[in-house]
Amino acid sequence: MLNKVSIALQSAFPKALLETTKFRNELTFRVKKENIREISQFLKEELGFNLCVDICGADRFNEEPRFEVIYNLMNLEHNTRIRLKVWLEEAKPHLPSVISVWPAADWYERETYDMFGIVFVNHPDMRRIYMPEDFEYFPMRKEFPLVGVPGSIPLPEFDERAQNLDAGKRYNQGQRI
Amino acid sequence: MARQKIYALLEDRDATLTFEEDDPLEQTMVLNMGPQHPATHGVLRVVLKLDGERVVHAVPELGYLHRAMEKLAENKSYHEFMPYTDRLDYMSPYSNNTALCLAVEKLAEIEVPERATYIRTIACELARISSHLLSIGALVMDTGALSVFLWTFQEREKIYDIFDLLTGARFTISHCRVGGIASDLSKECAELIIRWLKQFKPKIQEWRKLLDRNRIFIERLEGVGVISKEDAIAIGLSGPNLRASGVHYDIRRDEPYLAYNDLDFEIPTFENGDSYARYQMRMLEMEESVKIIEQALRKLPKGEVRNEDAKKTFPWKDEIYHSMESLIHDFMMTDSGIQMPKGEIYHAIEAPKGELGFYIQSRGEGVPWRLKIRSPSFCNLQALPKLVEGGMIADVVIIIGSLDPVMGEADK
Repeated sequence: MLNKVSIALQSAFPKALLETTKFRNELTFRVKKENIREISQFLKEELGFNLCVDICGADRFNEEPRFEVIYNLMNLEHNTRIRLKVWLEEAKPHLPSVISVWPAADWYERETYDMFGIVFVNHPDMRRIYMPEDFEYFPMRKEFPLVGVPGSIPLPEFDERAQNLDAGKRYNQGQRI
Repeated sequence: MARQKIYALLEDRDATLTFEEDDPLEQTMVLNMGPQHPATHGVLRVVLKLDGERVVHAVPELGYLHRAMEKLAENKSYHEFMPYTDRLDYMSPYSNNTALCLAVEKLAEIEVPERATYIRTIACELARISSHLLSIGALVMDTGALSVFLWTFQEREKIYDIFDLLTGARFTISHCRVGGIASDLSKECAELIIRWLKQFKPKIQEWRKLLDRNRIFIERLEGVGVISKEDAIAIGLSGPNLRASGVHYDIRRDEPYLAYNDLDFEIPTFENGDSYARYQMRMLEMEESVKIIEQALRKLPKGEVRNEDAKKTFPWKDEIYHSMESLIHDFMMTDSGIQMPKGEIYHAIEAPKGELGFYIQSRGEGVPWRLKIRSPSFCNLQALPKLVEGGMIADVVIIIGSLDPVMGEADK
């Protein structure tokens, strides 16, 4: 089955398929980001990969292009799993959404956006899913420190009538008071 | 003004209320449910748009428990991350441990002795029963009956006793190790499991007698939160929720891991895809789990419970106290971890809530470069708007209960 998938993809998208790797009997296809939607459609309709198990991002840090988005897919009939992968430039990490192919992609794409800042074009509800809406950082990027950026999330506001209003503001900016 | 008019009209008992102006009841209302609502099974917030008692639109909001599990994983060795997996789905810590260890073993191609895989299988099934017990108890409580919840908790308490004897901890157990398990299953513990199973089996029947044909229970659950087979696959449901919609898929049978290949069990499925089917699913799965545990205990092979390769697994604790070599190995394992090959894998197991998968990208270091947890509760919750829209507000409580989400896992 895995070989069949490989051959079918190769013949249908000879230009978009960039790289095929096999590790521990798992197939990974790296494809062009512009074609991700057609390839998803093809995989679902022609090859029966009907379950979108997971979509996640990864930061390749120090390498070009910087980001990658990984699609773990599954064929429920033949119990085979494959992986799709796209690489994205750091400057403008945009790629088409696959929500029209697998509705399950909705929250996964939101999660990837929230953690890496990768924008999925044509996603109907591109909001953050875990972090507050006004949070300006992307925590899973490698440069985001493990302890977090001090003051990145405003702490509970100080009482307006409090004597130490100025200290409260500094506290919210992450300074020690 | 309008209110005074209503009061005035109400004084006349035979009056019929009519409104010339805007009817205050004919507007949609937005209701915030949660984050700390007793029926949301954790810190889940659901924003509901209501037309009377009917749900027009629902938006679940996550993020109240976000603990940055994946970020932590990138900064810890594979072994160090294991106790964190306990806290993912805290209703069944053992299966999370196992899922991580199996993924790491697949990545590094570490052999696990057969006895260890059997003990893992037994403990995973105990975890499944424990998780389903909570789920059923809480679901019945959501319908308004409290006593079943107390009964299932009694049984959970006994499972904790077993885990106490097996692993040394009741709740967050961290018993798996890469390449095996931390300690062997004692004879005493095996006897306790057998004794517990004996009294547990009639209990399931007892509960089913009370619930399965209970008029009130069925009326509250049947036809509530229906999802079809196609929709369930499309939205990415997994585990009992998927099988309740008629998809005959279980990782234990279709992509066997641990000792499931040698054991004989059935995968129950239902066609209806409503809350009642999901409840029935869990009841039947518990019965199957009992069968699996009994078989595994009978077939339990003798031998080692851990791979002895010092480069790959921790030394035994008592060795550390007596041998300098072991102490060094233990230190090195904790400090820099196992040296992994370069590559990426995805390994999934059938956790009580559904497909729990670990996607690991390794760059040949002791720590993962990227570790993504595919948690079942996250994907199952995604189906919530689809299930509740068009239903009554009282059904929202039932549907959340029947999906059995754990927010520790959904928020990671």
